[in-house]
Amino acid sequence: MNIDVIELLEKMGAQLQQHVSDASHEDPIIIGVHTGGVWIAQYLHQYTANTSPVGELNIAFYRDDFSRIGLHPTVEPSKLPFDVNDRHLILVDDILYTGRTIRAAMNEIFDYGRPSSITLVALVERGGRELPIQPDIVGTQLNLTSSEHVKLLGPDPLRLELSEAKT
Amino acid sequence: MKQQLDDQGRLKHFLTIENLSRALLVEVLDSAERFAPVGERAVKNVPLLRGKTVANLFFEPSTRTRTTFELAAKRLSADIINLNIAASATSKGESLSDTLRTLEAMQCDMFVVRHQNSGAATFIASQVAPHISVINAGDGRYAHPTQAMLDMFTIRRAKQRFDGLVVAIVGDIAHSRVARSEIQALNTLGVAEVRVVGPKTLIPNKIEAFGAKVFNRIESGIAGADVVIMLRLQQERMNSALLPSAQEYFQAYGLTERRLKLAANDAIVMHPGPINRGIEIDSAVADGPQSVILSQVTHGIAVRMAVMSLVMGTQATTGAN
Repeated sequence: MNIDVIELLEKMGAQLQQHVSDASHEDPIIIGVHTGGVWIAQYLHQYTANTSPVGELNIAFYRDDFSRIGLHPTVEPSKLPFDVNDRHLILVDDILYTGRTIRAAMNEIFDYGRPSSITLVALVERGGRELPIQPDIVGTQLNLTSSEHVKLLGPDPLRLELSEAKT
Repeated sequence: MKQQLDDQGRLKHFLTIENLSRALLVEVLDSAERFAPVGERAVKNVPLLRGKTVANLFFEPSTRTRTTFELAAKRLSADIINLNIAASATSKGESLSDTLRTLEAMQCDMFVVRHQNSGAATFIASQVAPHISVINAGDGRYAHPTQAMLDMFTIRRAKQRFDGLVVAIVGDIAHSRVARSEIQALNTLGVAEVRVVGPKTLIPNKIEAFGAKVFNRIESGIAGADVVIMLRLQQERMNSALLPSAQEYFQAYGLTERRLKLAANDAIVMHPGPINRGIEIDSAVADGPQSVILSQVTHGIAVRMAVMSLVMGTQATTGAN
C-alpha cells in the first residue's frame, strides 16, 4: 500500500500539538493500544517532546468477544506507570474501525482512575463504526469494503498492508 | 489424561499436570504474567468472566486455596458461591451426582473441586454437563495442579528460566499431591534435576520412575539446590507411626539457616502453606530474605485467574452454550 506512514505521523504530531495547546491541556499523557497504537504513541511522544512515560494498553481482558473466541494469546500486560486521575489522556490506536477496541480501552482506563479528558488519535480511520466513537485526530481516511483488511506492520519500518479478508 | 483437553488441544478442564505439554504449561504461566498486574491496580478486577458463575466445591477444608480461587473469580468479575459440602448436602445423605445436578440446575459454569479422595476431580469432570469446566483444587494424593503452576510461576519470576535448575522438594512426599504435580511440572518445563528429600517412610517406592532423585538426608538433598520447596508435615502422620515426633523431624529435616547455606547462594525457599514453624521450617528461614512464601500466595491469584480464563475460553467454540 503506497502510503507514507512517517509523513502521516508528522502531520498528526503537528495537529496533536495544536490540539493540546488550543485546549490548554497541561502535561497530557500518551497511551497506545497494543500493538500498533503503541508504535504510533511512541512516535507522537517523541514528536511532541512529552515528558510522561508512554502508557501501553492491552485490552484483552476488556474485549466483548471473549464468549465467542476465548482468551487472546498475547503476552504483554497493560502498563500505565502513572496516575490517570485528573489527567488529560491522548489515546492512540492504529486503525479505527468498529470502535469496539476504543470502547474496551476506555473501560480499562476507567479502572485505573478518572481522567479529565481523553483525546482519540488514529492513524487510519475507516468506515464501519458500530459504536458512537469518533477520533479527534486522524492520519488518513480510507474507504474500504468490509472484505478488505488494513493492518499496520512494524515497528521498523512502519507500513500499512491492505489485504482481502479470508472468508 | 486426554479428558481435560478439548478437540483443539486446549484446556477444557484443569485436573492434573500429567501429560500436559510444555507449550500448554508455558501458556498458563504467560497468561498469569498478564493477570498479575491487575492485582496492583486501584480497581482490581477485569470484566472477562462477567456473568459466569463459579462454584467452589470443597469436600475437604481449605482456607488459602479456597480464598485465592474466590479472589481470582471475583477479580475476573465472575459470581462465586462457596459450598462447604462436608457440612451440607452430603451429610444429609444426598449423593454426589445429585449434588452436581443441583448445581447445574443453578446454572453454574465452573466447578472448583477440593476432595480428600484421589481422582475425585476427574470423576466429577466426567459427570458434569458439557458446558461446565472443572478445576482440580487438590484431590487426595493425586494432584494439585494450580498449586504446582503457581510454584512454577514463582520459580520463573525468581530465576527467569527452568533449564539448569536443581529443585529439591523436602518432606512428606508420599502423601503429597503438591509434590506429585510439582515433579511433573518441573520435568515438563525442563529443569536439570528434581530431588525428593525425606525419610524412607515418607518417600514413595519407585518415585525415580517419575523423574526424581531420592535423598534421605536433607544436607545432601539440598546441597547446591537453586530452589528448596518445603512441604507441610501433616500432624496425622505422626500418629501413624511413620514418624517419631515433631522435634525429631525438625532435627533431621527442618530447614534452618545453617542448612540453607548448603544450597546455592541465591537459592529461594518455597512452601505451599500453611507452614508449621519449628517443625519443617525455622522461623528465621520462613521470614528470611530467601523466602518467597508470601509471593507464592500473591502469584496464586494470578495463576488461578489465568487457568479460569483459559478453561472458560474454550467454551467459546465448543458451542455448548
